[in-house]
Amino acid sequence: MLRYTLLRVLGAIPTLLLVIALAFLMVHAAPGGPFDDERVLPADVEANIAHAYHLDEPLPKQFVRYLSGLLQGDLGPSYRYRDYTVSELIGNSFPLSLQLGALAMALAVVVGVSAGTVAALRQDSYLDRLVMACSMTGISVPVFVFAPVLVLLFAVKLQWLPAGWSSASGGARLVLPVITLALPQVAYIARLTRASMIDVLGRDFIRTARAQGLGTLTVVRLHALKPAMLPVLSYMGPAVAAILTGSVVVEEIFGIPGLGQFFVRGALNRDYTLVLGIVVFYATLIVLLNLVVDILYGVIDPRVRYR
Amino acid sequence: MKSMRYLLLLAVFGLVAVYSCSGEPVDAGVVLQRGIPADPETLDQHKARSTQAADVLRDLGEGLVGYSPTGELVPAGATGWKVSEDGRTYTFHLRPEARWSNGDPVTAEHYVFAFRRLVTPATAAFYANMLADVMNAADAVAGRVPAEQLGVEAVDDLMLVVRLERPTPYLLSLLTHPSTFPLHPASVAEHGDSFARPGTLISNGAFTLEAWVPGSVLSLRRNEHFWNDAATALDGVNHHVVVQDAAELNRYRAGELHITSTVPPDNFEELKVQFGDELRVAPYLGIYYYGFNLLKPPFKDNPELRQALSMAVDREQLATKILGRGEVPAFSWVPPGVSRYEPTVMSFATLSREARESLARRLYKEAGYSEERPLKVELRYNTSDTNKKIAAAVQSMWLNVLGVEATLVNEEFQVLLANMRDAEVTQVFRSSWMGDYNDAHTFLSVLQAGNAANMPRYANDEYESLMQRAASQVDAERRRLYLEEAERVMLADHPLLPLYFFVSKHLVRPEVGGWGDNVLDYHYSQHLSLSATE
Repeated sequence: MLRYTLLRVLGAIPTLLLVIALAFLMVHAAPGGPFDDERVLPADVEANIAHAYHLDEPLPKQFVRYLSGLLQGDLGPSYRYRDYTVSELIGNSFPLSLQLGALAMALAVVVGVSAGTVAALRQDSYLDRLVMACSMTGISVPVFVFAPVLVLLFAVKLQWLPAGWSSASGGARLVLPVITLALPQVAYIARLTRASMIDVLGRDFIRTARAQGLGTLTVVRLHALKPAMLPVLSYMGPAVAAILTGSVVVEEIFGIPGLGQFFVRGALNRDYTLVLGIVVFYATLIVLLNLVVDILYGVIDPRVRYR
Repeated sequence: MKSMRYLLLLAVFGLVAVYSCSGEPVDAGVVLQRGIPADPETLDQHKARSTQAADVLRDLGEGLVGYSPTGELVPAGATGWKVSEDGRTYTFHLRPEARWSNGDPVTAEHYVFAFRRLVTPATAAFYANMLADVMNAADAVAGRVPAEQLGVEAVDDLMLVVRLERPTPYLLSLLTHPSTFPLHPASVAEHGDSFARPGTLISNGAFTLEAWVPGSVLSLRRNEHFWNDAATALDGVNHHVVVQDAAELNRYRAGELHITSTVPPDNFEELKVQFGDELRVAPYLGIYYYGFNLLKPPFKDNPELRQALSMAVDREQLATKILGRGEVPAFSWVPPGVSRYEPTVMSFATLSREARESLARRLYKEAGYSEERPLKVELRYNTSDTNKKIAAAVQSMWLNVLGVEATLVNEEFQVLLANMRDAEVTQVFRSSWMGDYNDAHTFLSVLQAGNAANMPRYANDEYESLMQRAASQVDAERRRLYLEEAERVMLADHPLLPLYFFVSKHLVRPEVGGWGDNVLDYHYSQHLSLSATE
């Protein structure tokens, strides 16, 4: 078991190094630098700035400098948000993005599965058609169309909810962003659940349960839900990815200081350290998660360890 | 499975509960909500560079001189000043009751400390050249002399002497810029480069920094030690970072913002009807222009062609039909409204459109082009709806009037900047310039040889000598004549194609008092007030 774990950990390190090196190269390959602007700087001033941020050193030297900082847990200062280190920015924004994503995921699963189940139970009725039409809309209409419409309706016209993140505190300001983020996923999950549920409901063991006198809801809850959820479960991976990318747009529209926003701003501002820091963070997260899953497999299924 | 689901629900509610009470600024008293388009990159006034950073810094700090709401210079940290006969020595008398936010008095030594830090190479300050006219400043920035030799001296606690290399009539406007504000030396010594954070920043202006959530909001609170605190009507100001102007408009309509930083460019007429007096449009010290790459053909050594292209553009149509937000068509380089200056206007500004176009066609032929041999040129601009509209309009004007075949090239902002600096592939490129202070020099100096902002790479000996003569004038009237002549010489060369002058646009709620339209678009929060709404 130990050998298996060790091998897995050792295998993760070169992956991480490769990701960091590639990201470093790509970030520096983009034309323009972090301090370029139309207000062009006099040569002396520019030289001072390049020196202060080590941008006048050769690229390999900058890379080594960055790596040694990484090993000490220092992701460097942000070139754009100069009063903050990259670690601080990530530390402040990741929990927010995580919260948003988790809530949106939870909402999507609860509402999507419920809607899909109802549609499957009332197959071909008006309710079914309504649910399917709504889900089609949810999939087709892009986030950046939905969000302003929701803001216009609920924040500007009705004034029930805040339009911006910083103008309120507490749970109210989460409502619109979470709904916006969850909507496309609700749509997908509803369709998936419906199809899968229809299939399961036609199976023999459901007929047996019914014949035994169980009510519809009980049948669904105890017997149909679990097998029907399998396709939804395997959709979770792409769903998380979609929520991650969708969160960038939602964060921008609602002014939420989340990780997605900082990633995009960092790229546009050529904020090398911030972009690299976020890439390293995500890469480490993904590698760690894969590592955990691998190790868990080893624990659950002993055959894996000896392959 | 059941217990899993309940666990999940519990986790979710837990997350919501924990994060709903994250550290948010507490609103107490009368608080103004303003929008800014992006985070200040820092509140260290020497490392800041953007306009939003300058706006917040002007609320936090105060320099020797300030501006009134209508744009007149007023004493601030200094109560008065004397200028020597040769215009090269300024003596400032400082305000005895000026205080930092921790109660310490503001002394001349604090200004000297700040000025020296500004020109120290290790600071890597963007606006190090704000003090370029001070004795030894250029040498200090280049590292040739230590910053202690900068020509500033604290004669005593309340008297500051500034010695200049040459008479600089616009020195007082420079001293309103946040990079020239004083610093609290003990604070910088204790915290090093991270002195400008909430909790450690000590400021001498009307407000202090209470909280800053990057990407979201900066919260400022009243500075009770400010010498003029009695006149400050607001208890706090929140600068909300709103990147998208459409989102900012929605927040304004939802009543969450009192002042917006800008207005979305589309549907301007509708907005005017809908908001009436709340929509404030004023001329702004900035110009939108197309530059010619003077280092390469076809524009190298070809003033006739440049003039032809310039004359073929119908600027009035651009400003009124295509933009329609009150922008002013530009026939000069220096915008109108600059103090002590009357911009020269290009010779063809008064001609009728037909006369202009026929003259343009004649010049085009003289340059060697015709219908059989049209000019093929690339017009570069950075990605934006406005830029695209204008480029398309200019492309069609050139085609209809002269037969020029222009290709539009759309590039990301940083890519365009890099291309403009290399001057290898650019032919015609879109650029802009905003003035740093209210004097013609901030525009005319751009086109001097060796200035890194001189994108067209204009180099003209007569222009240089006129600018130098203007720089050595003590008499304001004579200086003005030299500057105006320099602009006339430059415009006749057509190194660039001025298109229009910017306007500042804000939505300001009726309950906001003290708002003054001025050409620099400075709106100090200390001048603003909020009357009670129902």
